[in-house]
Amino acid sequence: MIPLDVAKVRADFPLLTAPFKGRPMVYLDSAVSGQMPQPVVERMSHYQSFEHTNVHRGVSTLSQEATDRFEEAREKVRGLLNAPSVKQVVWTRGTTEALNLVAQSFGRMRVGAGDEILLSALEHHANIVPWQLLAEERGASIKVIPMTDDGELVMEGLDGLITERTRILGVAHVSNALGTINPVKEIVAVAHARGVPVVVDGAQAVPHLQVDVQDLDCDFYAFSGHKLSGPTGIGALYGKKEHLQAMPPWHGGGNMILSVTWEKTTFMPYPGKFEAGTPPIAAAIGLGAAIDYLKGLGFERIAAHEHDLLQYATAELERIPDLRILGRARNKAAVLSFALDGIHPHDVGTILDGEGVVVRAGHHCAQPVMQRLGVPATTRASFAYFNTREDVDALVAAVWKVKEIFG
Amino acid sequence: MSDPRELYQQVILEHNKKPRNFGRLEPHTHHADGNNPLCGDQLELTLFVKDGIIEEVRFQGHGCAIDVASASLMTTTIKGRSVEEAGVLADQFRAMVRGELDPAKEPNVLGRLSLFQGVKDLPVRVKCAVLPWATLHSALHGEESASTE
Repeated sequence: MIPLDVAKVRADFPLLTAPFKGRPMVYLDSAVSGQMPQPVVERMSHYQSFEHTNVHRGVSTLSQEATDRFEEAREKVRGLLNAPSVKQVVWTRGTTEALNLVAQSFGRMRVGAGDEILLSALEHHANIVPWQLLAEERGASIKVIPMTDDGELVMEGLDGLITERTRILGVAHVSNALGTINPVKEIVAVAHARGVPVVVDGAQAVPHLQVDVQDLDCDFYAFSGHKLSGPTGIGALYGKKEHLQAMPPWHGGGNMILSVTWEKTTFMPYPGKFEAGTPPIAAAIGLGAAIDYLKGLGFERIAAHEHDLLQYATAELERIPDLRILGRARNKAAVLSFALDGIHPHDVGTILDGEGVVVRAGHHCAQPVMQRLGVPATTRASFAYFNTREDVDALVAAVWKVKEIFG
Repeated sequence: MSDPRELYQQVILEHNKKPRNFGRLEPHTHHADGNNPLCGDQLELTLFVKDGIIEEVRFQGHGCAIDVASASLMTTTIKGRSVEEAGVLADQFRAMVRGELDPAKEPNVLGRLSLFQGVKDLPVRVKCAVLPWATLHSALHGEESASTE
């Protein structure tokens, strides 16, 4: 496999070449949000400048073309996830909105008083809070699949956690805090054997690995555009046909209706049923362009590149005394959380920022993970296809500097 | 944007490593909890005030170096001072870290607290420096908790 031409790729990111604190920026925070390459920026810009009007409603050529571009982007998402049909791709504002949609529309149908929702210990708040709100509303309870100190889910005993009251299982494909790649296919198999549908948070997975929702056999899969080198404000939800068919509308308004009278309103079939109002058209087209860009680079090449960076960074950081890598799963995406004994992540993050290294320090919207590991927060570096070994060297040098300052 | 290392000077690092007046005062006349949910700084302040003078003060909790050092320096500064003086210090400290008061140019009583001046260039960290003072304010006004949200 021909490796990625990273120098060529980096030319597509002005942010990475402009001086930041005296040198090119070392952006190691793709896990919070990715960077959008110039071709994607230009595609969106071109749409806004020459192609835009509202979709789905017009008789004009302009409107038809805009609609075609918008629907082509939907097909690109279908391809990315290997969903059986483009109709099973619902546009949302992002992963959080998608998961709220599932909790409120699908969840309300399934969950009643005394029922249980099973979530993993590794979840991001987006796949916790919507379920807590639902549980509160319905008088249901949340149960948790525990994790090991290394950040892997405890799979033995998973079947034992499922009871006849378990109505939904929610799990992240990749942990944003620790990088763990969860065995989703296996989890789905266990859950389905007991009649439990599975809702997957794919936000952190899609940038790093190839997702096949048919192979996973999950019931729902959600992800965000901005983590995939696309714009903010767009994401998608995949759902199995029978669920999307049965689910009631979530938001009401224009675009999702067939006919409206004061007496009765009828709704579009899915996916339109779940897409009220004017969608984020430019953003959807931008996401489509991002998917094309990444396909052009080659997903396998990207994964291999990131894996190399993760291994190199892990080895180099492990040489620093009193540094602990948090999240030591055997199967990890390029997300690296660490802790320095006696030094708070915010101080680490501030000093790193002073050195031009952008990381994240905090709870990463995964407070239960932090509590489980007994830390208030972690410092997290995450790698993307435009990062280099030099970036890792800069990170490591900056962490040594932190040690030097704090003594 | 100034070098963050200017903020992490010896005195601040010292106070972070060996915080002064660390612990809990029993008995105490005033108490408050402080919480910075954004970064997990947590502290508990207990004071013994007599005839308007802060005779004793302690703090405990955990947080980043800026927060711990700020709390430590705060307690050493206010011990033995009047409640009014502590109030003035709190206002001036807040103004300084927000870039509204330059201790070198304008009259103030900050003394060693001016070491935290660098925080004004790190807006994300202002809350960490201010939390102990916000908690002090709550304690002296009979409110049980302070938050920097």
